[in-house]
Amino acid sequence: MLRPGVSDVAGSGTAHLRGTDDVLLRVENLTVDFPAGRKRKVSAVNNISFDVMGGETLGLVGESGCGKSTTGKAIMQLPPPTRGQVRLGGIDLTSLRGEALRRTRPKLQMIFQDPISSLNPRRTVSQIVEEPLKIWNIGTADERRAKVVDVLTSVGIDPQAAAERKPHEFSGGQCQRISIARAVITEPSLIICDEPVSALDVSVQAQILNLLEDMKARYGLTLVFVAHDLAVVKNVSDRVAVMYLGKMCEIGDPAALYSAPAHPYTRALLSAIPLPDPSAPLDTAHHLGGELPSPIDPPSGCRFRTRCDRAQDLCAQVEPQMRHVSGEQFVACHFPLQDVAEVVVTV
Amino acid sequence: MSSNSVLDGAGSPSGTPGAATLLEVRDITTQFRTERGLVNAVNGVSFSLERGRTLGIVGESGSGKSVLSRSIMGLLPRSTTIRSGQVFFEGTEISGLNDSQYRKLWGDEMAMIFQDPMTALNPVMKIGNQITESLRFHLDMSKSDARDTAVALLKAVKIPEADKRFSSYPHEMSGGMRQRVVIAVALACGPKLLFADEPTTALDVTVQAQILDLLAEQQRERFMAMILVTHDLGVVAGRADEIAVMYAGRVVEQAPTDVLFREMKMPYTEALLAAIPKMDDPSHTRLSAIGGRPPDLVNPPRGCAFSPRCPYVQPRCHEEVPALTPSETTPSHSFACFYPVGSPETEAIRLDIAARRLMSTAPTPAQPSPPPFRPDDAPTGGV
Amino acid sequence: MHTSRDTSITQLDPSSLPTIEAIEAPSSGHQDADSLGVGGWISIVWIGGLALLAVLAPVLPIPDPNESFPEIARMGPSSGHLLGGDAIGRDVLARIIWGTRSSFIVGFGAVAFGLILGGMLGLITGFFRGRIDSVITPLMNVMLAIPQFVLALSLVTVLATGEGVDSTRRLSVVVLGLGLVSIPLLGRITRANTLVWSEREFVLASRAMGAKNWRIMVREVLPNVVPAMLSIALLGVGIAIVAEGGLSLFGVGVQLPTPSWGNMIAEGRDQMRRAPHIVIFTSIVLFLTVMALNYLGDAVSRRFGVRESVL
Repeated sequence: MLRPGVSDVAGSGTAHLRGTDDVLLRVENLTVDFPAGRKRKVSAVNNISFDVMGGETLGLVGESGCGKSTTGKAIMQLPPPTRGQVRLGGIDLTSLRGEALRRTRPKLQMIFQDPISSLNPRRTVSQIVEEPLKIWNIGTADERRAKVVDVLTSVGIDPQAAAERKPHEFSGGQCQRISIARAVITEPSLIICDEPVSALDVSVQAQILNLLEDMKARYGLTLVFVAHDLAVVKNVSDRVAVMYLGKMCEIGDPAALYSAPAHPYTRALLSAIPLPDPSAPLDTAHHLGGELPSPIDPPSGCRFRTRCDRAQDLCAQVEPQMRHVSGEQFVACHFPLQDVAEVVVTV
Repeated sequence: MSSNSVLDGAGSPSGTPGAATLLEVRDITTQFRTERGLVNAVNGVSFSLERGRTLGIVGESGSGKSVLSRSIMGLLPRSTTIRSGQVFFEGTEISGLNDSQYRKLWGDEMAMIFQDPMTALNPVMKIGNQITESLRFHLDMSKSDARDTAVALLKAVKIPEADKRFSSYPHEMSGGMRQRVVIAVALACGPKLLFADEPTTALDVTVQAQILDLLAEQQRERFMAMILVTHDLGVVAGRADEIAVMYAGRVVEQAPTDVLFREMKMPYTEALLAAIPKMDDPSHTRLSAIGGRPPDLVNPPRGCAFSPRCPYVQPRCHEEVPALTPSETTPSHSFACFYPVGSPETEAIRLDIAARRLMSTAPTPAQPSPPPFRPDDAPTGGV
Repeated sequence: MHTSRDTSITQLDPSSLPTIEAIEAPSSGHQDADSLGVGGWISIVWIGGLALLAVLAPVLPIPDPNESFPEIARMGPSSGHLLGGDAIGRDVLARIIWGTRSSFIVGFGAVAFGLILGGMLGLITGFFRGRIDSVITPLMNVMLAIPQFVLALSLVTVLATGEGVDSTRRLSVVVLGLGLVSIPLLGRITRANTLVWSEREFVLASRAMGAKNWRIMVREVLPNVVPAMLSIALLGVGIAIVAEGGLSLFGVGVQLPTPSWGNMIAEGRDQMRRAPHIVIFTSIVLFLTVMALNYLGDAVSRRFGVRESVL
C-alpha cells in the first residue's frame, strides 16, 4: 500500500500519496490563489497533495489562515483551484466545466460550519431537504417525500413535527442535523465537512459527531473533515493532515501523529491543547511564540521557520518535501522530530 | 507592570465577609424582561473569592455564566433587568451603586475582558490612547506619564515594538495581539479583580495558550484575583484553583480543581466531561452524548433543571429542586443533586454506563467499502 | 446498513440510537412578533378602504366630480356636500374619492414599474457581480446623480404637454416618469440586499448541490430579498403620490379636470384665504394615507425580517 517515492516535484512533494485503486479522492499539487489588491496575490493553499481511500475519513487540521477551509472548497470546485488536480474516482474535476461539472455534484456534498446560516430561512425543512432531489428530478413527488421522511428520521429529527417548520425554530444542533440530512439525500460518495461542530456546545457536538459516524456507516461515505480542534479531529479521522499557512506539514495515522509528532508545528499545536485533567502539566516549553506571518509575503523555504526553534539556514533556502517517517506518517521538514526513513527508490 | 496601581487598603470590612475575601457574592438572581416572558438567567448564585486566586466558571450556552459576571460588575442595562442579591467587594456592598459610582470601580478595582477582541476595542482610536484614557480618568496621570505607563503595559503583554504600536489602530493587528491590548487596557490601573469572559474562545489554540500564559503571569505579578468564564473544561483544569459548574442559571457543583476532577458528584459535570473527545482515546471512539437540549429559561422544567437529560434521574428529581450543599466528606466540594454520582440508588446505572464506555473504545468493525464512483452514473431516477 | 455495534448496545444508551428530538411548538409569546400589529392592520384597512371606494366610485351615491354646483362654490361642509365645494362648485368629497383613483394609479403604478425593473437589475447585478455589475451599476449611479424630481418634471413636460395630449397619455407619462426615476434607487437597495444574501452559506450549499444559477437566484435569494423590497416599496408609494402633487404644482401632474389629490391641492392653493377647506381636507387624506403606507412598510419589515434563531 505504501511506496516510498522520489519527490522531485517542486513543492511539498507527493511521496505520501498512495497509488492504489481504492483511492476515491486524489488531490495533487493543489494551489488556490486569491487576488490581494494592487496586483498582489495570496496563496491561501500552495501546492499540497493528499489522497483519501474509499470509506476513510481524512482530518484536515490547522489554525486560522492555514488554508484548510479553502482546500475543502477547492475540492468542491467552489471556486475551482488556480492550479492542480482533484480526481474523484479517477475523473479529474478540475478539467470539467459547466454542465459536465454540474453533473458530478450529487456525488460530492458539503456540510458547513454555521448551522443557521447554511439553511434558507424562508424555506421549510422538508423543502430544504428535498431540494437536491428536485434539482435532479429524482423520483416522483411521493417517492421524494418518502425519502425525505426516511433521511430526517435517520438524522434524529421527527419528520412529522419538523417538516413544515422553518430553520429559526430549531437549535444549532438540530439545524446541523438538517444540513446533514440534506447532504446525504443524494447518496454522495464524498462529503466535505467544513468545521461542522465548531459552533456547537460540547454536549451537542458529541451528538453530531456520533451522528456523522452513523451516517458514514449507513451510506458508505468517505469524509474529509476540516476542523481546528485536534481532539475532535482525532475522534472522527482515520488519517490526519496538519496544515500551516497554506502548506501541509505532516500527515499520518492520528494515534502515531499525536503521540510522536514529527513536525515542530504539530508538537506546538499538541502542547497548546488544554486537557481536562488538572494533573497534566502545561507544556509551556513548546508553546508557540511569535505571530503568524503575512500570507501575502510568506517566509521563503519552509513557511514555519520564523517560529521554529529548530530552524537553520537550510530552512530558509529550500522548501521541505514530504518524507516518510514510519508506518503511515509523512512529514515535510528538514529537521523533523522523528527519524525519517531515508530510503529513496527511483521509479 | 503599571507603576501606580491603586492599592487602597481603605476598604473597611463592614459586616460578615472575612478580611482576606476580596469578593463575596450572595444569592445573586438576574432576570430579563423579554417578549416571551421573564428569562431566569441567573438563579441564586453565591460564592467568595480571595486575592490571587482564580475561580473558573464553566457552563454551556444558556447556563448564565456570562450574565453572572456582568451582573456582579453591574454592567447590565437597568431597564430590562431585574437583579437581586448582594455583592461585597472588599467588604463594601456594591450591588446598589449608581452608574457614576460604578464607573469609579470599573477599571480601577475590577476590570473585564471579553470574548471578541475585534469588537472590544474602539476601531477609530489608537490603541495607546485606549490605554491612557483609563489611566488619566482613574489615576489622574499627566499625558506623558500615561504614555510611558501605557508603553510599559504593552511591553508587559508582550507586544513587539511597543513604542511604535502605541500609535496603531486595532484593525492593523491580529486577533491575538488585539486580545493582548484588551488585557493591557484592563490591567492599566491595577485592578484587584479581573473577569475574563471567554477570553480565548475566538482565538486559535496556540494563541489561546499564549494568552492564558500571559494572564497567569500577570495575575501572579499583581496578586490579582481572576474569574475565568469558559465553556471549556480543559481551560479551567489547567488554570483555575477552584471551579464552579453552572447549568440553567444555577451553580450545580463547586470544588477545588483537583477535587472536582477526581471525584465528580454532579451527573451533569460527569456527562460534560464524558462528552469531550479525549486525546488519548483511539479514533472512532463513540462519544457519550448528553441527549436532549438545554432547558428553556422562561419555562424551566419542574424540579432539577437537568432532570430531563440526566441518565440517573429518579422520581424525586422531577419534584424538588436540589440545593447546593457541601459534601460531608469534603466541605470545600458542594453540589446540587439528590443522587450524586456514586449514590447507592443509582449505582446500577453508573456501572452500566461505565461498561458501555469501555465497550465503545473497542476498535470499529470494518466498514463495508462503498461502490466505486463513476461520474457518468446519471443521478438514479426513482428512489 | 447499520454497523453491528449499534445493535449490540443496550437500548438505554441515548447515544447509540438516533435521538428523535421532540420539537417543541414555538411558545405563544412569539405571536406578537409574528403579526403585523394593530397599527399595521389599521393601515391596511385605511388603504384598502380607500382603494375600495376608488373602485366603486361610479356606483357610489356621490355627485359627479366634474359637475358644477354653483351654490356650493367655495362653501364649507353642508348637508348633501359633506366636504364642501371647490372654486367652481364641484363636490370636494366626490373629487377626493375619484382623485384616489389617479393618485393610487400613479403611486402604485410608478413603484411597481420601478420595483420590477430596478429590482431585476439589482438582483442580477448583486448576484452575478463581475462584468454585468461593472457595466450596470455605474449607469445607475449616474442616473441617481441627476435630481429625480427635475428629471421627472422634464420628462412629463417634454412628452405630455401641449396640443393633442389627452389625460390618459398624461397619466401614463407621469406614471412612467416617476417609475423611471425610482429605478436606480430601488435597484441599488435590491443589489445591496442581494449581495448580503448571496454570501450566505445556504447559497453555497445550493451551488454545491448542482443547482443552476437562475434557480439559486430565484428560489434561494429572491424570497429573502423580497421583504426588504416590499417595505421600501410601500414607502415609495407614499413618495410617488406626493411627487405627483409636486408635478401638479408645476401644472404637469394629472391633467385637469380629472382630479387627483395633487392637482386638487394645487388648484386649492389659490383659494386658501376664502376656502381653505379644499386644501385642508385633501391634505388630511393625503397625510393619513402616506402615514399608513409608512407604518405598513415598517410593520412588513418587522414581521418578515428574518429571525436567525430561537437561541
